Amino acid sequence: MSAPAVVLRDISCTFPPSSRGGQPYTAVRDVSLTIADGEFVSVVGPTGCGKSTLLNVTAGLLTPSTGSVDIFGESLSGLNRRAGYMFQAEALMPWRTAIQNVMAGLEMRGIDPVESRTRATEWLSRVGLRGRGDAYLHQLSGGMRKRVALAQILILEPQILLMDEPFGALDVQTRQLMENELLALWSANRKSVIFITHDLEEAISMSDRVVVMSAGPASRPIGEFPIDLPRPRDVAEIRLTPEFLKIHAAIWETMRDEVLKGYQQHERA
Amino acid sequence: MSGHDTLPPLWRLNVYRLALFVAAMLGWHVLTQSKILPPFFFGEPLKVFAQIWKWFSSGSIYPHLAITLLETMLAFFGGTLLGLVAGLWLGLKPTASALLSPYLKALNSMPRLILAPIFAVWFGLGLWSKVALGISIVFFLVFFNVYHGVREVNPVVLANARMLGASKRQLLRMVYVPSAMTWVFASLHNAVGMAFVGAVIGEYLGSVKGIGYLILEAEGIFDINAVLGGVITLTLFAYGLDMIVTWAERRLLRWQPN
Ligand SMILES: Nc1ncnc2c1ncn2[C@@H]1O[C@H](COP(=O)(O)OP(=O)(O)OP(=O)(O)O)[C@@H](O)[C@H]1O
Ligand SMILES: [Mg+2]
Repeated sequence: MSAPAVVLRDISCTFPPSSRGGQPYTAVRDVSLTIADGEFVSVVGPTGCGKSTLLNVTAGLLTPSTGSVDIFGESLSGLNRRAGYMFQAEALMPWRTAIQNVMAGLEMRGIDPVESRTRATEWLSRVGLRGRGDAYLHQLSGGMRKRVALAQILILEPQILLMDEPFGALDVQTRQLMENELLALWSANRKSVIFITHDLEEAISMSDRVVVMSAGPASRPIGEFPIDLPRPRDVAEIRLTPEFLKIHAAIWETMRDEVLKGYQQHERA
Repeated sequence: MSGHDTLPPLWRLNVYRLALFVAAMLGWHVLTQSKILPPFFFGEPLKVFAQIWKWFSSGSIYPHLAITLLETMLAFFGGTLLGLVAGLWLGLKPTASALLSPYLKALNSMPRLILAPIFAVWFGLGLWSKVALGISIVFFLVFFNVYHGVREVNPVVLANARMLGASKRQLLRMVYVPSAMTWVFASLHNAVGMAFVGAVIGEYLGSVKGIGYLILEAEGIFDINAVLGGVITLTLFAYGLDMIVTWAERRLLRWQPN
């Protein structure tokens, strides 16, 4: 048995109070989570519960207040070099064209520009942006920019994919296209994926396992649901199957109270 | 709202602009010819342009113009380069910038033209005292903008570049510098004008060459037309340099909307 791709052990993250005063805020407390090699895990939970925080910890961008991270059996210190991270917010370099953004990682690795360009062109057409490589970011729609971001990360073939609500801003049709596309890419070359989403249906239709987080503060996983639906899947069709609906009902049962709690916390804040 | 009106086409705009210029000159001409404005103080447009024509056709202005432009260019590029390097460096070094920031602010609020006599003592009455004065003005303009540009780098873009594998140097080249460029160009338009101010004021306060010297000389014999001729010549060249900056800005900031 190979070592799991990601092991989060008793992770807590406490943010210091802002300079204007107030209390330190503990976003997540004692979170333990294991992602097997090649496993696709979704994390769902109410807004503000600390999903992005956990991803930042896994990426090595944020040092947890307590706890440790193992990546393929090695303890993580500094940036996680085996992970590709698709951020929740826009993260592309606006001063580069689409293709220059996709090439950026190869350029940083000192790969020959001609070869990088060829590979980036391939990836652009793979995410449905053939011929749009020379466009600057402001000339692309929000959904197109998301696809550039996806290509920018996948071109580096990371062993671990960290995706923070990657398709949140897309319309339903484009979204399902992208979900199927991601699943196809993933099953061709199984990477470990941590996929964060607000959308429970998206989580179930894509994943091997769904982790439900409680509302913050001091959020932690309150349920883990293995999804043993057959693959390959079509994300649109699978939502209509009775097995899907059964799993959905079971997870929603756990989630509902937490979503309400999270919402009320935000009202008060 | 009238702000939403579409602009007239460029050729028509240029005709209007020319008309505006002719009208202003005509007004100046009529007012001074009819002695409503005394020509001794306000000059006469025809004589001013005749003076400029004479300078350029006889070639007598070229040595002066060359030296002023050289001083301006040296001050502009020197100050910009120093400001760029210092701004990048301090922007990336929080401790050093916290240490130096009150001093930099104090230096910046000091009226730097006062330094002209000191620079004259240090560097003599030649080229370098003017360049030093220009640099002391341009440097701070560029420096503060670069410094802010570096600090305002989008943290998500930065984190993304780091995750993609950028080394420290690559971060500088691929993220910090391009991100600061918007701010740099905002300051360069001011810097062009200020480099001219440094050169001309320096010449004005003590020199034997340059447009500032020419103006000073004309003032000495109360030749208001030559003074205005010098001022107009300077304005034209400053405007030309500003257009070069605009051109470079268009090319380098092509990625920005509009
Ligand atoms: N740098 C920080 N300083 C202070 N508090 C922070 C910081 N980063 C996150 N937080 C707080 O930690 C909590 C979790 O934030 P996080 O971004 O992880 O939420 P999330 O689950 O990703 O939410 P969403 O689904 O809306 O993206 C929030 O209450 C947030 O205000
Ligand atoms: Mg988030």
